Amino acid sequence: MDFTLTEERQMLQDGLRRMLADKVDPKAVARGDTAWSMETWEALAEMGVIGALFTEEDGGFGGAGFDLMVVFEEMGRAGAPEPLMETLIAGGLIAELGSDAQKAHLDEVIGGAVQLAFAHSEPGARFDLERVATEARQDGDGWVLTGRKSVVANGGEADYIVVSARVSGNTGDRDGLALFLVPKGTDGMDLRDYPLTGGGRGAEIAMEDMRLPADALLGEAGHAFPAIERANARAVAAQTAEALGLMERIKDLTADYLQQRTQFDKPLIKFQALAFRMADVLIEIEQARSAVINLCGHLDADRETRELHVSATKQLVGETAKLVVEESIQMHGGIGITQEYDLAHFARRLTMVEHRFGDALFHLGRFSRLRMA
Amino acid sequence: MDLSYSEKHEAFRKDLRTFLDEKLPKRLSDKVRLGQRLTKEDMEEWHAILQTRNWLAGHWPEEYGGSGWDAVERHIFEEETTRANAPRILPFGIMMLGPVLMKFGNDEQKAHWLPRILNGTDWWCQGYSEPGAGSDLAALKTTAERDGDHYVVNGQKTWTTLAQYADHIFCLVRTGKDGKKQEGISFLLIDMDDPGIEVRPIYLIDGGAEVNEVWFKDVRVPVENLVGEENQGWTIAKYLLTHERTNIAGVGFATQALENLKRIAGLEHQAGKPLIEDPLFAAEIARLEIQLMAMATTNLRVVSAAAEGNAPGAESSMLKVKGTVIRQELNDLTRRACGPYAMPFVSEALEAGSNVEPVGPDYAAPVSGKYFNNRKLSIYGGSNEVQKQIIAKMKLGA
Repeated sequence: MDFTLTEERQMLQDGLRRMLADKVDPKAVARGDTAWSMETWEALAEMGVIGALFTEEDGGFGGAGFDLMVVFEEMGRAGAPEPLMETLIAGGLIAELGSDAQKAHLDEVIGGAVQLAFAHSEPGARFDLERVATEARQDGDGWVLTGRKSVVANGGEADYIVVSARVSGNTGDRDGLALFLVPKGTDGMDLRDYPLTGGGRGAEIAMEDMRLPADALLGEAGHAFPAIERANARAVAAQTAEALGLMERIKDLTADYLQQRTQFDKPLIKFQALAFRMADVLIEIEQARSAVINLCGHLDADRETRELHVSATKQLVGETAKLVVEESIQMHGGIGITQEYDLAHFARRLTMVEHRFGDALFHLGRFSRLRMA
Repeated sequence: MDLSYSEKHEAFRKDLRTFLDEKLPKRLSDKVRLGQRLTKEDMEEWHAILQTRNWLAGHWPEEYGGSGWDAVERHIFEEETTRANAPRILPFGIMMLGPVLMKFGNDEQKAHWLPRILNGTDWWCQGYSEPGAGSDLAALKTTAERDGDHYVVNGQKTWTTLAQYADHIFCLVRTGKDGKKQEGISFLLIDMDDPGIEVRPIYLIDGGAEVNEVWFKDVRVPVENLVGEENQGWTIAKYLLTHERTNIAGVGFATQALENLKRIAGLEHQAGKPLIEDPLFAAEIARLEIQLMAMATTNLRVVSAAAEGNAPGAESSMLKVKGTVIRQELNDLTRRACGPYAMPFVSEALEAGSNVEPVGPDYAAPVSGKYFNNRKLSIYGGSNEVQKQIIAKMKLGA
């Protein structure tokens, strides 16, 4: 048993923390001035942060659960909106399923020159991974796709979008799904992009008879679900680690405020009612950290074990996120809901964790079903 | 024990419903329903419509242009107007300053200011909080020094709601430096057009700017604008805080929010079925509905006691805490109900008449902003921590 970081991961954490503290301005993100910065992105690539998300075999030098945890916790602590999550998901799918020609893109991805997105979720699908209505039919040598994708993070800026579609079966079936690697600007794809609460950008994508060549297919047609589920598990590990970093930052801001702000002639932290509530926040954040460790340590376990941890961790972190956001704002008072104070950005970003990959209620239900199965 | 309303009150409810059906412009109720931002003109329009029946300040005595409503009628008004998605009445003149002038103002002040509140001549805002005086309001530092027939005001107020629209501000200012900090405070009426006043917007977490900082530099205020006695402003402040608290339970808002939540949960789908059929989600809604049903009756119990002339004490603090928490939980669950579509941040879509389409269903556009913005409910009007202190003091001798 060893809960310490390896020397490499410790170095990655230290370097990344320093670099992001220097480059990310939460106030600018909160005002919506910048979606994310190319300068920060290039710095991430240069430090090898993108490479840390991939195995050596795929051209990286990490890719394990605890690599994701280190990287994304620091992204959270900084409130950084750079689309690393999309690179992890779409890049992971390319690495797992891609042909040699498709995998050749990974070098550019790891080098920071190529941006990715994963267009999977659809209007009405909410958090159900298997609810894909977008259709792909074979036409001669190639494929023709028709359907809609919703809230595709980084969709507007990605050079390549991994798009899921159904080649057989009905909406809601796990069988019959396929993935396609679609270059930006492909005819038949209409895209509206917009800012997201908490930073970054999303896109609504409509595909109308979008024609793709045969070699756009990623992996085997009809059998993509297990890879999608695995990519989702890694995304949940990354996202809950990011949430943990956000919580740590919010905790620091709030603790500082309670020590500095004076009312009734004493610092707020001297009011036991507030001190006890802050202590509760500290307890729950430690629980969240353990939950993230649980998931990151089981990403390569059998499917049943892995998915149980996905829902356990996402449920607990989601519930903790609400507590941390609401208590930190309340203990700050009015200043906590102003855009000019850093908490606003961190609170929004942490809250939005509940709107991707399933919220606490969704995973509570899913966990109990998995347990009973 | 009888839970039914009297005939008089039922007749009032019927009259009010007919009025809302006929007179509430659909343009305004659509904005409220879709969570769009109201303009100054929208609010003034609705005030004027209400005043055609003397309902703008229905709880004011008839001699001052109100309808002399009792507490039950006020409650019915709140319930029906929120159900109809009417804009809320701006509280600053009607709920706050009006009652203060009636209780503490002299005859000239009543004759001058009260009609101007009702006919829309003056738009008031509230100058209470300061950067160093939040929950500890009596720590306020803005000074008013007597100079002949004037007070000279210097300092800064903050969290001033809608000061950008206001032409007048009522302020708590420090006129005395001796004794306890509560003893040197006075209540002053100030014209926002006076030289030396500057208003700066504070942008909030939802992207809107409904609150402001108001700065005073050598602002000269005529002494006749002092309400009550010099250095007795704290008594007025406490009186006003009780008044501010009577409507803060927000049963009507909560009822409306619950209906909106159920509607959205009926339209959103999970696993191919309406979200409202998901047992876990349905249980969360039920839990809040059960709380709300009880709170509505707690509210009526306080309302009935008030109608019989009992001043609400700790009970109004209880209502404030419970009412705000229920509304915040409803906002939280409504945001959750929208799933991924609570993420897009398209601020323009919240401006009526903008041709920017919301992303996803229209009901999803305001839910995240509303959740964040309404964290204020447990902070303003005496934070919930201050309310709990009041409850503990009054009920437990803490």
